Amino acid sequence: MNAAPVFAALGDETRLQIVARLCKHGPLSISRLTDGTSISRQGITKHLDALAGAGLVRSKREGRERIWNIETKRLAEARRYLDHVSAQWDAAIDRLRAFVEDD
Amino acid sequence: MTTATDQIQKIIVLNAPHERVWRAISDATQFGKWFGIRFDGAFVPGAAIAGKLTRSVVDPDPPGKYEGFAFDFKIEHIEPMRLFSYRWHPCALDPNVDYSSEPMTLVTFELEDAAGGTKLTITESGFDSIPLERRVAAFQANSGGWTDQVEFIEKYLALPPA
Repeated sequence: MNAAPVFAALGDETRLQIVARLCKHGPLSISRLTDGTSISRQGITKHLDALAGAGLVRSKREGRERIWNIETKRLAEARRYLDHVSAQWDAAIDRLRAFVEDD
Repeated sequence: MTTATDQIQKIIVLNAPHERVWRAISDATQFGKWFGIRFDGAFVPGAAIAGKLTRSVVDPDPPGKYEGFAFDFKIEHIEPMRLFSYRWHPCALDPNVDYSSEPMTLVTFELEDAAGGTKLTITESGFDSIPLERRVAAFQANSGGWTDQVEFIEKYLALPPA
């Protein structure tokens, strides 16, 4: 799996907010996503397209509206990837601790 | 969110005297013993030295396929008993990539006295200027920056599937 697009898509505060909002309240229409924010409909659409490009969200048409939701599978992949994040410094710290405390 | 992606920080208290921890992090030979790296020079501010991955004295496992792999270190600051910092290329473990022209991250070790021993703060910063394709690998090998993001993803993944 290439996680780079996921990280790139999440490396933006507005997109993180969109993902968080969809996690909590999704699925949501664009109008619902723009409610209570200062972001334009056009702006939200641009960010949603970026998130969709990374496979993090998907949409379906319902009547005249497009409804957006989180793509669970992709987030789970990112989660697995993120599980590795702490490993190297933590391992180095374990070695340092063993070195200075057992000496 | 900028800082969340730019740096990683670890804070721990080591049950060892301040002076002992200072030697372990600021002397190239001692650093190499626990980290598992052999340097071709001493830690002196401004020095550009190389280190080759080797077995750590406190780790029974050899470094495996990365044994002998060379890293460039640029020593930045040394304030005795308090601060040691260097720059390196994070997770520069792909033999087919020349990392030398890319930006480095700054790793800082800071010490202070604490109840029960010595408080060590390790900060690695500068990930925002690392090329994206490297950053993914760097974040895989280094930690902390994604804590905020992980938090809501974890919350979401704890929900029953839709």
